[in-house]
Amino acid sequence: MARKSRKANRRHPLATVVLIAIGLVVTGGGYALFSSTTTASADTNTAASQSVIDEGEKLFAANCASCHGLDMQGTADGPSLIGVGAAAVNFQVGTGRMPMAMQGPQAMQKPVQFTDEQTAALAAYVASISPGPAIPDESLLQADGDAANGGELFRVNCAMCHNVAGAGGALTEGKFAPELTGVLATHIYEAMLTGPQNMPVFNDDNLSPEDKRDIITYLKYIENNPSPGGNELGSLGPVAEGLFVWIFGLGAVIGLMVWITAKSN
Amino acid sequence: MAHDEVSGPHSAASDSSAVETSRGASTGTAVIGSDVVNPGEPPHRKRVTDLDPKKNKHAERTVYTLFYLSIAGSIFAVASYMAFPIEDGDPAALRLNTLFIGVGIALALFGIGLGAVHWGKALMADKEGIDLRHPVAGSAETQARAIEIFDEADRESGFGRRTLIRNSLIGAIIAFPLPGLVLFRGLGPQDQDPVELLSHTMWKKGSRLTLDPSGTPVKAADVTIGSVFHIIPEGLNEREDRLEQKAKAAVLLMRLNPADLNISPGRESWSYDGIVAYSKICTHVGCPVALYEQQTHHLLCPCHQSTFDVVNECEVIFGPAKRPLPQLPIEVDSEGYLVAQSDFHEPVGPSFWERP
Repeated sequence: MARKSRKANRRHPLATVVLIAIGLVVTGGGYALFSSTTTASADTNTAASQSVIDEGEKLFAANCASCHGLDMQGTADGPSLIGVGAAAVNFQVGTGRMPMAMQGPQAMQKPVQFTDEQTAALAAYVASISPGPAIPDESLLQADGDAANGGELFRVNCAMCHNVAGAGGALTEGKFAPELTGVLATHIYEAMLTGPQNMPVFNDDNLSPEDKRDIITYLKYIENNPSPGGNELGSLGPVAEGLFVWIFGLGAVIGLMVWITAKSN
Repeated sequence: MAHDEVSGPHSAASDSSAVETSRGASTGTAVIGSDVVNPGEPPHRKRVTDLDPKKNKHAERTVYTLFYLSIAGSIFAVASYMAFPIEDGDPAALRLNTLFIGVGIALALFGIGLGAVHWGKALMADKEGIDLRHPVAGSAETQARAIEIFDEADRESGFGRRTLIRNSLIGAIIAFPLPGLVLFRGLGPQDQDPVELLSHTMWKKGSRLTLDPSGTPVKAADVTIGSVFHIIPEGLNEREDRLEQKAKAAVLLMRLNPADLNISPGRESWSYDGIVAYSKICTHVGCPVALYEQQTHHLLCPCHQSTFDVVNECEVIFGPAKRPLPQLPIEVDSEGYLVAQSDFHEPVGPSFWERP
């Protein structure tokens, strides 16, 4: 009896195999189920894309057409959007530059006016009218490229306007190149690709997608790593640093001099 | 000293008012007449550390605390050198290392300085005194004796009499610094004419326009409207003197709508379908002009804000530059690559003496 119960308590030699088999079936089945759901949802995406485009069209007519024209042909108040692509829309609307608050030397960054879905709908609509640069692939935006190469390309192509540390700089007649810290990798990529406002276009023949990825890597590297020399003082260069030392350094020296020469009370 | 009698009758509290009344109303910039009496020095005022033994004790404590703080700073600097080593490739570690060592050393030196000054001001004997200056001129005898010595030296050395020796010595002293000046010639190009070097760049007929820094040749079709390409001549990266050559040959390549370009007679063939190439070297003092605005077609120099209008062959529209940027004549070769037609037709960059 005791022997039998001991036997009953023991695992069957095939128990492990069965357990593994069950585990595999469950995981594999679950995965298959999950992946078929994603394909299904992808299908609904393509199926829904026409409705997204319609949604975008409505948003465009309500928010953009007064300046860019109902057919995106452009008016005296705004340029034509034919061929600008989804990347340009995602950049301009996604950073809050469009819709513009007022005409000025350049469209200013401000709180984003549309939700991500609305931005995507607008981008889909503009891209559906005429082909243009698409929103970049996620794999190029991971900031995992060659930061050294990106730094060299940045210094050759970008640093003259955006400052060698991406702190931004002044241009002519009230325009300026914005600061690049805190900007999403997607928006940096799209800016290079589409050349928003007065920024020149850097197409894929000029800076290949890998070059753009390296530049993003460089920018994210200097953004996330502290400067070894201490506080950057806004990375504005020798003038700002000189001014700081003149005011605070010399101020401290003068203060000490006053203290040393003053009579003790 | 002289002040003791002045400070004697006055109490410390009435000091300032006594000075005020003796000086009377402010004279401003008026010339002071002889009727105004020199009020003398303000009366001596004792410090609180002289009057109050508790304050004295407190000041003493402050001084030695500062010196102890300095010792602590030195120890802290040594300790942080060991506690925060510089790790290879970690800027944060380097930053911590320099920060803490710097704070320690600053505390060490600052503690000594502050302590010493405070000691001198608050605790060391507080007496006022006047040390009169010696008269600057010597006595008549000293002056006469000095002149005598000079005359004697002149007589005995023959410096005034033997003019040939004297003049040859002056000549030798003048000639002595010349070798130093001649060495400066070594900083310039040796066996070449500097004017020639400044007048020509690496560009020649058929050299391809390549991307900076990779050296990839650029096809005309690659340059879309609104683009700007930073260009170096083909083969630059293989040159020994690549930086010297790049400083002259760097070019900015842009494509505009061909209808926007105003091309002067004789330059019609210098551009290709709206693609124009201009020297990147500013004609003011030679900074790289590369801030291109694709809507306004302005090229801005970051150093002194000279602005060039690409539409009108880079004429100067603002700033200190005097000449437009030189244009590089370009064409397309049989494979579709952009090539130079020739070198620049004028010297690039800032003016120099012999520039035509």
